[in-house]
Amino acid sequence: MSILPPDLDEAGFAAFLSDLRVAVGEDWVWSSDTDMFPYRDSFSPVWNTPEEIHASSAVAPADVAQVQEVVRIAGRHGVPLHPISTGKNFGYGGPSPNVQGSAVLDLKRLDEVIEVNEDRNYCLVEPGVSYFDLYRHITDRGLKVMIDCPDPGWGSPVGNSLDRGVGYTMPQFRDHFGAHCGMEVVLPNGELMRTGMGAMPGANSWQEYPYGFGPDPSGLFAQGNFGVVTKMGFRLMPQPEYYRTGLIRVPRRRDLVKLVQHVNYLSDSGMVSEVRFASPLSALLGNPEFAATATKLGGPTDAEMDAFASAAGLHSWAIDLQFLGPEAATLAQWEYAKDRVLSDIPGAEALDGDHFALPATEEQLDNVTQPYPSAIRRRGALGVPSLGIWEIVRDDGHVGFFPVLPRDGEAIFELQRVLGDAQRQYPLPPYFSAVTAPLFWHSHTFQMVFAPSIKRDDPEHNAMVHRSMKHMVAVAAEHGWGDYRAAPIYQDDVAATYSFNNGSMRTFLEAMKDAVDPNGIIAPGRGGIWPRRFRS
Amino acid sequence: MKYLAIALPLSALALTASVSAQDEDPQVAHGRQVFEHMCAPCHGQGPGDDGSEMLPGTAALTEKYAGSRPGALELRNDLPAPVLSLFVRRGVGAMSPFRASELSDEDIAAIAAYLAEPD
Repeated sequence: MSILPPDLDEAGFAAFLSDLRVAVGEDWVWSSDTDMFPYRDSFSPVWNTPEEIHASSAVAPADVAQVQEVVRIAGRHGVPLHPISTGKNFGYGGPSPNVQGSAVLDLKRLDEVIEVNEDRNYCLVEPGVSYFDLYRHITDRGLKVMIDCPDPGWGSPVGNSLDRGVGYTMPQFRDHFGAHCGMEVVLPNGELMRTGMGAMPGANSWQEYPYGFGPDPSGLFAQGNFGVVTKMGFRLMPQPEYYRTGLIRVPRRRDLVKLVQHVNYLSDSGMVSEVRFASPLSALLGNPEFAATATKLGGPTDAEMDAFASAAGLHSWAIDLQFLGPEAATLAQWEYAKDRVLSDIPGAEALDGDHFALPATEEQLDNVTQPYPSAIRRRGALGVPSLGIWEIVRDDGHVGFFPVLPRDGEAIFELQRVLGDAQRQYPLPPYFSAVTAPLFWHSHTFQMVFAPSIKRDDPEHNAMVHRSMKHMVAVAAEHGWGDYRAAPIYQDDVAATYSFNNGSMRTFLEAMKDAVDPNGIIAPGRGGIWPRRFRS
Repeated sequence: MKYLAIALPLSALALTASVSAQDEDPQVAHGRQVFEHMCAPCHGQGPGDDGSEMLPGTAALTEKYAGSRPGALELRNDLPAPVLSLFVRRGVGAMSPFRASELSDEDIAAIAAYLAEPD
């Protein structure tokens, strides 16, 4: 199956590939079916259907100058480029583009860790650097900084942050785009630009002050299509001296409202690392009577849920707290958190968890000595990349919808009810029930997860999943819960939900897109932003 | 000789590389290094995260083969480059395919040479 770029015939495509080969070398341009297979989204629910979007080719430049040349070539031939970094981007579209026939601009070979500064706590990396690479660079040199990495760890700090990915440490680091500081970008005309202090020749504060002077365009390159990011700086946490954990449990369903308020205070005051919410009642989902109650249409009453909790001797909600810092400070923060919550919520109880000096030993990283059931993923909590998360992947992969909701207990209950009811028509596990806990990944908001599996040899199942994704995005938006990140096949659906004042934000962004990328070369359609050429 | 102690603590990678690179065939040494970086975090020996008995890829293959073959790839001697290439380039189940920019054909051949070493 030969895929051609839009508006190009076989001869034009051959000329495009020929120019690419001159620019980057014969070995780094691909277009055969065999070579292009790994550029498909192997987690796609539209696998092998007419909706699947295929790239025509891929090109892997070796350096920034070659990236510039590739962008200029694409401009001359009118071929859309779909930039990717390293890692897999599973659940969010893999390497697949928004436009059939795009050429994937594979930045894997730009793989230099340019600088890690342990005195000023930052790094500067290229897109082909993975979290594993950065972690090895730091540990091999004994540098005293800690990274914040997502699951799985094969992703790229540049790519992950540009898709607004998240990690599991302190709030100012686990929002990966929020933790970036300075970027270098190849613009659609091939010109090179640096943001923030990088725009000032001779400045030595590129990774310390992200804004420089005037408007800061860096946000345009996150989930955007205004250029190709070739360098990016990130703030790093100084290696903490100590790690401490503790668990707080509350008895009643409605205690969640106060519990969330306390977590908001602790987190926004900088006292805790990622907080993991869970419901111990999840252990009862194997009980058909409990499962029916927790997933009933319109949701259960508080009394119904509390009765199950009381009968089973379980608490309704639990939070895993984690503290990073000097030993005495972590102890003081834990004691404060206990006093604060236990003095306010009758029946709440606290359990001391693992605590130890950092860096952790292998056994400590394995997380096998926690004295209670814990939702903590220890490696992620300590900035150690891993592929261990793969154990949760079912069937041949999954898609993902992560609605953003307020950090408010009542909002959690409402989302459980609304999306729980919405997903009842699909034969899927209950992603939303009365025991579904929020994810506190981004620094100042909650999310929940809808991630049905896909099966490459079961198109009916995949079609059901595809329908359910679109339906859940639409229902959530009716209640103000928007997706934070989406695969290309869902980006238009999601972008359409951000529609305030007749979609004025999208109109504004598309006006800028037309101005800076008149040929629509860079990732047309990414983030729901379409250049004039493809808008119809 | 295949380096069997790869439970893959990442901090130990530099040490294992420096020790075994001295007397290994260059292709085998390269294959071992690539395996450690690209394959072992999922297919290595040793425990998985947070109390899991095995790493995910090893656990999946252990379940798939049900004792007829080892789950850990380093305990296998039946993965020549063409077979390995098929799985790497096409993926299988939830295992992703890998692009040539990530793993070259030479890398795959080197991994196969490393895995073919006597245990």
